[in-house]
Order: sequence, then structure tokens, then C-alpha cells
Amino acid sequence: MPFDSLRSLRAFDSERPKAMSESAKRASRMGYVEAKDLHKHFGEVHAVDGVDLSVNQGELLVLLGPSGCGKTTLMRMIAGLEEPTLGEIWIAGERVDQDVPPRARGIAMVFQGYALYPHKTAFRNISFPLEAIGKSPTAIREAVDWAATMFGIRPLLARRPRQLSGGERQRVALARAVVRSPRVFLFDEPLSNLDAQLRAIARFELKQFQREIGTTTIYVTHDQVEAMGLGDRIVVMNKGKVRQIGTPQEVYDNPADTFVATFLGSPPMNLVEHDENTLFGFRPELFLPRPTFPPHEDIRVYHLRVRQVEHLGAGRLVYGYLEEESRSDQPVIAGLPVTIRTPIAEDQVYEFAVPRRAMRYFDRRTGLKRQDGPA
Amino acid sequence: MTARRVVRVLKQIGLYSAAAAFTGLAVFPFYWMLVTAFKEDNDLYVAATMRAHIPWIFNEPPTLEHFQYLLGDTAYLAWVRNTILVGAAVVVITLVLAVPAGYALARLTGRWGERLGIGIFLTYLIPPTLLFIPFSRVIAVLGLQNSLWALVLVYPTFTIPFCTWLLMGFFRSIPRDIEEQAMIDGYSRLAAMRLVVLPLAVSGVLTAAFFSFTLVMQEFVYALTFISSVGKMTVSLGIPVALFRDVFNWGAMMAAALITSVPIAIVYNLFIDRFVGGLTAGAVKG
Amino acid sequence: MAQPNEAQPLVQLAAATFRRRTLADREGVLGRLLLAPAFLYVILVVGVPFVLAILLSFSAARSGSLSFSWVGLSHFSTIIADPQFQLTLRNTLVFTIASQVLVMILATAAANVLDAAFFGKRAVRMLILLPWAVPVSLAAMSWAWIFDSTFSVINWTLRASGLFQGWLYWLGDTELAMIAIIIVHVWRTFPFATVVVLAGMAAIPLEIREAAVIDGASFWRRLFQVNLPLLLPVVTVAVLFGVVFTSTDLSVVYLLTRGGPYNSTHVLASLAFQRGILGGDLGQGAAIALFLLPALVVVAIVMLRLARRAEVGA
Repeated sequence: MPFDSLRSLRAFDSERPKAMSESAKRASRMGYVEAKDLHKHFGEVHAVDGVDLSVNQGELLVLLGPSGCGKTTLMRMIAGLEEPTLGEIWIAGERVDQDVPPRARGIAMVFQGYALYPHKTAFRNISFPLEAIGKSPTAIREAVDWAATMFGIRPLLARRPRQLSGGERQRVALARAVVRSPRVFLFDEPLSNLDAQLRAIARFELKQFQREIGTTTIYVTHDQVEAMGLGDRIVVMNKGKVRQIGTPQEVYDNPADTFVATFLGSPPMNLVEHDENTLFGFRPELFLPRPTFPPHEDIRVYHLRVRQVEHLGAGRLVYGYLEEESRSDQPVIAGLPVTIRTPIAEDQVYEFAVPRRAMRYFDRRTGLKRQDGPA
Repeated sequence: MTARRVVRVLKQIGLYSAAAAFTGLAVFPFYWMLVTAFKEDNDLYVAATMRAHIPWIFNEPPTLEHFQYLLGDTAYLAWVRNTILVGAAVVVITLVLAVPAGYALARLTGRWGERLGIGIFLTYLIPPTLLFIPFSRVIAVLGLQNSLWALVLVYPTFTIPFCTWLLMGFFRSIPRDIEEQAMIDGYSRLAAMRLVVLPLAVSGVLTAAFFSFTLVMQEFVYALTFISSVGKMTVSLGIPVALFRDVFNWGAMMAAALITSVPIAIVYNLFIDRFVGGLTAGAVKG
Repeated sequence: MAQPNEAQPLVQLAAATFRRRTLADREGVLGRLLLAPAFLYVILVVGVPFVLAILLSFSAARSGSLSFSWVGLSHFSTIIADPQFQLTLRNTLVFTIASQVLVMILATAAANVLDAAFFGKRAVRMLILLPWAVPVSLAAMSWAWIFDSTFSVINWTLRASGLFQGWLYWLGDTELAMIAIIIVHVWRTFPFATVVVLAGMAAIPLEIREAAVIDGASFWRRLFQVNLPLLLPVVTVAVLFGVVFTSTDLSVVYLLTRGGPYNSTHVLASLAFQRGILGGDLGQGAAIALFLLPALVVVAIVMLRLARRAEVGA
């Protein structure tokens, strides 16, 4: 959302103090989304395998995971497009999983391909949800106008979807989502169809828009950058199960298990075997040449045999193996910022180090995080 | 370089003569219809033993007399009317039943629906030949002998399976997202189908309607079995059966065949690709 | 942050539509409901006569009377012993197999021609499709005229070109009549097979075809090792349809020869029509027609196999 349209949104509101007060009243009843022990089985496949989730009112929660992890199925169950095999779904204090169809759940969803109705104009696309609830033509025109202004698409209202660019389609889809004031927004990878340059801008605008409007939002993506950038909290999923829920920083800094550790971060967290019970984990960007650390810092030093150096402009990626007395077959990656200029040559051995406070410990068998390192 | 060019030219010649041969084979009977329909009887009925008389061309000026006879002195127009009436009724019955069924099989019934869909399609393969004898009994019991209603009742037995299958393919090709979006936007599954899916499936429904109609036009066996009076016949029955009574009636018969089949053949070409696409979807995809 | 009419939609939602699930939301029930009318129609109007066909074949039913006396397998034993029936069964097989083998060859060739780029391709494709689009009975009449005993244009052309000086009684001679029937069946079904094969060729990914060309495979190796194996399922579909249409067709034989000369070109369909409808022996007619069933069952099984394979492959 460009800022001028946000400003017009504010202006629109200030002209309507009555709407403000209704919104305030509504806020107190506005609910959250909750999933309790939710399962979805497709034959033998357990797409969602016992998920508990509580979405706070007004927050933007990101469901993150590789494809096939169950995040989309989970969202579709919340939307009512799939029926849970087992478990409960609550929206705003109302149990919806058994008898409330999608149309009555007070949700709006933006699909990956935007799912605009190809035979309807942008105007009719946006007005379609309002027609469903039998609004008067005047009210519909007013509301569409409001939503179109917010997203800066008023000049495009007469066009059909195929006459719109990718970014314009997304705006129409968003306008259609907000127009009927849903309790919850559901986004299913809405940015994945945009090219990389547009995506960063769209992400920023989306976040701005969600903050402004304050509607509880669930956002599905497999892109960790998107998840980190957008989410108030991130839910990391794998194989139908929730692996970790937390703020982006928590999930990144303190991964609950080795899956989360290696799924987040690019390049992922290094995992090296310490002994038969323990894996050490440390982020590449904190694995740096020893001289970069001040002398008093508590660090753990490794010998790194460098195999390859990649110059990425914004820094260097150093690929190599740890050289220890017993073995030298553990691959690690170090991510050096441009500010570190230490020359590094391939096939040489260097001293690299990790601050001890940045080291994480995992159980080698279960992959789960442990509080402390080995004795 | 030149040798290669010669090979290329030869290939081109081969290609064009093959195309010409196939076209000739396909078109020859139609050419023969055309020539016959416009020839004077004197020009038509010359024994082929007369080498000097070339049957391929007009030896006398073309004439419209066969068409005048056909339209004035035969029941041809009644047959056309009967065909249109039966065809329209069958198309309506077929669409009313096959559109919901095709949609249900495409979207609502999951795996058992897929099996059932194949089952329904297979009934299309049960030919009239197997059923016309028991049908003659059923029609007699219902008192529908020699009635167009018999055809209206029976023809949907092959148009419904066929169109259900065809429409199932069309509905499957519409992205699910769009109707799910409509369901989220406040509509029931049924309303989503009506307001969003059907408008997008118009071309599919038209295709189904067209093929139902042509199947009706082409049907011969049931019409032959159920209809006995000339005034109640359809074109595909009346032309070969009722016009044949007079042996030297080839001019009128070919005139009738020509003006009946050419319009259908032209429209057919507009629909054939969708038809084949729907029919072979399974096999081609695999 | 607020929107206009903030709280209204939900209120209206409750007022305008049912908050709870209705029939129109229940997918399982809705699916059955939408399917039921078509399903019932087909079951009633195909299933009942189908069962009746089997019952009739065990009965002495005659048209006109409503008697339905059980005669067991006597129709079957009568017709199997009947040389006319044996000939008819053989004719049905000969017509079907001969025409479909020819169709397979012609259609693959024609599809290869139509797959190439040349001037006037659209027109050629449209013209090649004509025989399929036209009602069979009308096309059959055109052929009957072409094969006319006195005025046959084929005979004139053969004589005029000096190729053959004798006289061919196309529909008056048993062997010639059979050839004529096969010609008409081939002419009628090859366009459809061509279009189906063409669709199958279009579905072969271009990379595969290009890869074969780049690998230096000759035309024949490409044809036999790349194109034909990939086309097999589609060609099978085309041939199966051809088999069904040809083996069960009544109109071509009925209109060209009426089973003649001397009942030598009858097929199951025309014999069933002659005995059952014209002769009034419904029981025997039904029994004759039922001999088509095994072939149709085989076709259905192959179709199901193909469909399942497509399902697994998809």
C-alpha cells in the first residue's frame, strides 16, 4: 500500500467518527483463532497431525514450513475448506469446525494465485462478497470505493483480471478481502507469484496494511525471509506437526530442534557432532576468524580447513571442514560480513571461533534442544 | 547441398500428395453427393459401361429439380422439424441432468466419484444394438410406438453418459481456488457453482449441447426400430429409408444428404478439439 | 483503525443467510444429490432394458404378445447350431478386425501428415473430419450410390483408366460386398482415430521429440521407439472406440446390403434386427445381440485399465 492511500484511509475514517466508535466496541468482542488437537488424514497420510495453536487477536501469525508440511491444510481447515478428521477450531470464541460453513466464519482469504473471478470486472470482484450478504447497491458502491481507494486501484475498477498486472491483481484480491470487514485474514503464499523485486515492496506494504487495520491474520509461506519479515510470531511446521512457535527472533536464535535450526537461516545453522549424545549448533554469521573476537570474549575455537570461498558482494561464504584430532569430515559454513577483511585462501587451515553464548546444544538422537552443553 | 535440397523438395511433394490422398478419400463421397444432387436425371442414369459419358462432371447444365422435389413433394421438412424437436428436447434433458452430475463427479464425490464417472462413461459404450430389442418391448408397453416421445425417452441414455464425462473434464479444468474463494466470500457450494463455475463453463456446456444434438441427428437404429410412419421420421432415418422406396431417387436423396450434413460438418469442426480433449483426457495425460 | 459499517456485515450475514450449514454446503450430500438424477436415469433407462435383454434371450417372447415363457438356453443352442449365425459372427469379427487394422495404419499415417506444417493444413484437417461428422445413414447412402450395380463411378473410372475391364457387382457379390462394407467402416472411423492420435502426438512433450532428433535417431527409429510407444495408450483408445462403433453398427450393413446377397454379409446387429424386429422373434433377436457383450466387456476392461494407469501416472 503506498502511503498516500494509507493517508486517504485515515482521512476517510476521520470523516466517519461513528464508524470509529463501532470499531472500538467491536474490538472488545473481536476474537482469536484457536486450534485444539487438530488432525487431518488423507487416507494413510497424516497431513496435519495433532496441532494446537492459539492466535492472538490482532497479530500476524506466520505458518512456515517446507511444502507438504501441512501448513496449507491447516489454514484450509480454519477456512472451512477442509473438514478436520479430529479436533476443534474456534474463531472469536465460537466453535466453527462442525457446523459453520466457510461463508459464515467471518474470514477472508487471499489465495496464492489470487483467485480473481475471471468473468467479473475488478469492481464486481470486490463487490461479490457484499452481494452475498445482500447489501444495498449504494452501500456496495461506497464500500468498494473505500477499499479501492485504500489500495490505489480506483482507476482499474472497470477492468477484468486478465487486463491487470500481477501487482494490480494482488491489490484487487486484497481489496476484496478487506471489503467485508472479516474477523480473520488468511493468506496462502500471496506473494509467491510476484517477481523478486516486487516481493520486498509488497511485503512491506502488506505489513503496513495489517498494522493499520489491525485484523488478526494467518499467513502461510515456505519462504523464511517472508516469515521473518512479516510475522509477529512464526509457527514452524514439519510433517504435520508444529515444531516451534515464537517471535522471529526466538525461533531464529533458539531453535527448538535441529529441523527448525536448519530450516531457518540461509545458509542454515551449522550442526557438528560433539560426542555421541550431543550436537553443537551455531549460526554461520557468528562463526568468524578468531582475531575478530576481543581477547576477553568466551569463545570456542575450531580449526577450519577451507574448501571454497564465495564472494557474495555483501560478504563472503566460507565452506570447509572442521579439523580435529579424531576426524575431519564435518562440513561447516562461515558467513563473513564485508567488514571482516581477513584474507582467506582455499585449502588452508584457519582458526575460527564461536562465542559460547551463541552456541546451541541438541540431543543427537531426538534432535531436540537441550538447555546446557555436555558436562 | 543440392542433394539435400532435392531431398527436401521430395519430402514436400510426399507430404502434399499424402495430404491430398487422405483428403480425397475423406471427401470423395461428399463430392459425389454434390454432383449427384445437381445433375439432371438424364445425366445421372447413364450406365457406367458408357465410356464416353464422364460421370465425374456435369454433362448437362446443373439443375435444382431434385431440391424442388425434395422440399415440395417429400416429407423432408417434416423430418427436419422432427429432428430439431427431438434434438432440442434431448439437449434440455441431457443438460439438466449431466451438468450437475458432471460437476458432482469433478468436485464433490472424491475417489468413489471418479470410479463412478468411469462407470457412467462405460454405459456410453453399451450400444443401441444391444438394447433396441428390449427397448422395443418397453416402448410397446409404454404405448410409445411410432412416437417421437420414444426417441426423446431413449436418446438421453447415450447423451447423458457422454456429456457427463465431457462436462466432468471441463469442470476439472476450472481452478478450484475460484469456487473456494466464492465460498469464503459468503456463498454456499451450490451458489458458488451457479454464480462462478457455470459462467466459466459456458463453452463446455455449449460443446455438450452441440454433441448431444449431433448424436441425436446421427442416430439410426432406435429410430428405425421405433418409428414406422414417414411423417414421424428423423432425417437420418427418413432420407435413406423413405426416399429409397423409389429406386431412381438418388438425386433427391443426395440433395437431402448434402443439405443435412454440410451445416453439421462445418459446426463440428469448431467443437472437435474440445471433444477429443474431454474424451481422451485420461489416456493422453497418462 | 476502522472501516465503514464495521459491525454491520456480520449482523447482516446472520440475517441474510443461514449461519449454520445447510444442504447447499454439505459436499457429500450435495454430491450425491446432484449425481442422483443422471445416475437414476441411466440405471433405469439403460439398466432395465439391459436386464430385459438377458431375460428376453431366455424367453419365447414375440412382439405383439405379452407372453414371457421361459425357454432356458434353447435360443442360444438354436443360434449356435445355425450356420447363418456362425457366418454372421464371423462377418462381425472380420469387418471389425479388418477395418480397425486399416484404421490404425491410416490414422497414424494421417496424423503424422497432419502433424507436419504445410500450407492449407487447417482446411485439410477440416475436410478429413467430414466423414465422422456426418450421420452414418446418410454417408452410407452416398456409398450405396457409389457402389450401384449399374451406375458405379468406380467401375466407370476403372474401365476408363484402363486398369480393369471387367465389371464389379459391388453389392451383388459376397466378397465384393464385404470389401465394400469394410471400406465404408474404414472411411467412417479413420477421421476420429486420426484426431485422437493427433491429440496424443501433441501431448508428447516437445523436448522428448527434439531430444530424439538431436540424438540423431532416424525417422523410423523415432517412429517405433519414441512416438509409437508414447502414442500407444491414445491409439488404443481410438481403436477401442472404433471396435465398439464398428462391431455394433447396424446402419452400414443394413443400408448397403440388407445383409445380402443371400444373407452372406449379415452382422450380429443386422441379424438381430431381422430376426427380432422384422421377424418378431424378440427372444432370439435378444440372444443374438447378446453375443456382442463379451467383446464389449473386454473393451470396457481395457478402458478401465488405461484409465487407472492414467490415474496412477497423473
